[in-house]
Amino acid sequence: MAPNAVGERRRLLRADFPAFLTALRERGYRVVGPTLRDGAIVLGEIRDETDLPIGWTERQDAGTYRLVRRDDAAVFGYTVGPHSWKKYLFPPRERLWSAVADGTSFRLEPDAAEPVADAFLGMRACDLAAVRISDRVFDRTAPDPGYHGRRRRTLRIAVQCGGAAPTCFCTSMGTGPGVGSDHDLALTEIVDPGPHRFLVEVGSEAGAAVLDRVPTEPAGAADVAAAEAAVARAAAEVGRHLDPAGVRELLLDHPDHPRWADVARRCLSCTNCTMACPTCFCSTTEEVPSLAGDRTEKWRRWDSCFNLEFSQVHGRPVRQSGLSRYRQWLTHKLASWHDQFGSSGCVGCGRCITWCPVGIDLTEEVRAIRADPTAVAPPEAAP
Amino acid sequence: MPDPVRPSLAVWKFASCDGCQLTLLDCEDELLPIADRVEIATFHEATSRAVDGPYDVSLVEGSISTPDDAVRIREIRARSRLLVTIGACATAGGIQALRNFADVEEFRRVVYARPEYVRTLATSTPISAHVPVDFELRGCPIDKGQLLEILGAVLAHRAPNLPTDSVCIDCKRRGRVCVTVAHGTPCLGPVTHTGCGAICPGFHRGCYGCFGPAEGANPAGLLPKLETLGMAPPAVERLFQTFTAAAPAFRAAGEAARARGGRP
Ligand code: SF4
Ligand code: SF4
Ligand code: SF4
Ligand code: SF4
Repeated sequence: MAPNAVGERRRLLRADFPAFLTALRERGYRVVGPTLRDGAIVLGEIRDETDLPIGWTERQDAGTYRLVRRDDAAVFGYTVGPHSWKKYLFPPRERLWSAVADGTSFRLEPDAAEPVADAFLGMRACDLAAVRISDRVFDRTAPDPGYHGRRRRTLRIAVQCGGAAPTCFCTSMGTGPGVGSDHDLALTEIVDPGPHRFLVEVGSEAGAAVLDRVPTEPAGAADVAAAEAAVARAAAEVGRHLDPAGVRELLLDHPDHPRWADVARRCLSCTNCTMACPTCFCSTTEEVPSLAGDRTEKWRRWDSCFNLEFSQVHGRPVRQSGLSRYRQWLTHKLASWHDQFGSSGCVGCGRCITWCPVGIDLTEEVRAIRADPTAVAPPEAAP
Repeated sequence: MPDPVRPSLAVWKFASCDGCQLTLLDCEDELLPIADRVEIATFHEATSRAVDGPYDVSLVEGSISTPDDAVRIREIRARSRLLVTIGACATAGGIQALRNFADVEEFRRVVYARPEYVRTLATSTPISAHVPVDFELRGCPIDKGQLLEILGAVLAHRAPNLPTDSVCIDCKRRGRVCVTVAHGTPCLGPVTHTGCGAICPGFHRGCYGCFGPAEGANPAGLLPKLETLGMAPPAVERLFQTFTAAAPAFRAAGEAARARGGRP
């Protein structure tokens, strides 16, 4: 059997990691992954390993995020930041088509852009789960050509978490921190006990073709044991919990629970949770004609159920109150998503908790409703 | 009579700084095709020509702050097919609406050497408080892209694309790192009307709210956060009561901040 066959486990020394990045480029991929920018770990192009947040981690909790130095030189020693991979698969703004005037008719212009094959370096288990969900979402009526075109070209290089954030709850949603099998390559970083190295699991032929160009050795029992210990440490560190049992019925059966009014007082309808969420997929389209009127473009951009205009029907929004908009978001994500796409819409990444400017925490909202599902609002105080 | 092929455009000024009108001149590359396709009937910043109208489109800058203004805006409305207000002054009363909460007589005596020459109203009010308005462009100043959007829409006889969402959605679409969450910087983005392209967070500053409240905004929900970030209630009150002090949602937020310990 070839040394890098699907299912094989290899040891990649930290010193050979630059060769791995080179191999990705030689195979024709644009490498995108975690990088430091403006006080956070975001996703961007990785030209060489100095673009990675080596030796950095973050401290995050509801409504707050701060970069902090690690006391080691781990390459992947952090969890998820404000960006998710959806920004590549389902870009915030995407031109669907363009047309030029042609006499009294028009002519569609072919898209001249060369398709790019991305290598997503550093996808977490929750990120892989989010892409599994998005694959179904963008295939519901007909396959979305933009999404699925990019998705087919993408190489998924997972990293198993060796630590978790207080906002993580993948263990509740059954999505992590260990990765399953839907990756092209999966890395687990082992800093200690040395030498600094990665356990690499080969998940696909495309992944094997990259690894063939990189010096690796067969993984030993110590490598496998250290990787398992890292994932166990992450699972133990997971800071939040959401009991998924019966949550669909809990939310759908209690649309008048007083907690909805309570969260509506705190919620700003600012859309940050939906923008940061790796599975939120709502969009709107707009026509962008040239001023001269001789050509036009159709663009799709991210939209959100927190926007008033989003539920506009016959010139009036259906969901006028902040209450109805937050309730729409949470019940879609955790309840009616099951009916629509056959799973929960939440993978437990915690982004919506951290990047909500006022720190609204969906796990807390669900817990409050579950604590007393049949609660009714106290009667209005007498004037 | 208006030329059916070349719609006529008029630009009017009320109480304002001219910054919004100048945005039109700032559209250097785009202005030539516009000049070709519209007849600029009245635009004191660019030409001394004046036409009595009627006008296909009137862009109105500034707020109503004198008795004469209140009469003139009615005349303009009567001579305009579409009336578009541009900027924080025209859409919300502007910074000068701070007078709405103060004693204008006292201002007049303190500021002017010959106060008897100053004929002014006690309030600075948006154009929409006086006449019906077809479209509004928010901001101090307005965004060039939005101005071109509305002119393009008029030329193509289509509805303009002017979203009413929060600044945050554009901040996130642009992949910016949230200054509130990641730096602890107070930002009005969550409650402010979009349109600027989230400029301030792009420069690591908090949004100052110059586009006024977003549709359906909940500024009261932001007050505790601004205080947690270290802003004293008087500073919070000032933040809401600057560019669009008289916009109802921001006015209420300023008053709520005052109730929590704002300016005496
Ligand atoms: S939610 Fe789980 S998989 Fe995702 S970053 Fe946190 S620990 Fe890793
Ligand atoms: S709802 Fe929140 S925790 Fe769940 S996937 Fe979306 S951002 Fe992550
Ligand atoms: S839950 Fe938080 S992030 Fe989401 S809309 Fe409300 S305030 Fe914004
Ligand atoms: S920086 Fe301001 S505008 Fe941007 S997401 Fe944060 S709160 Fe919203």
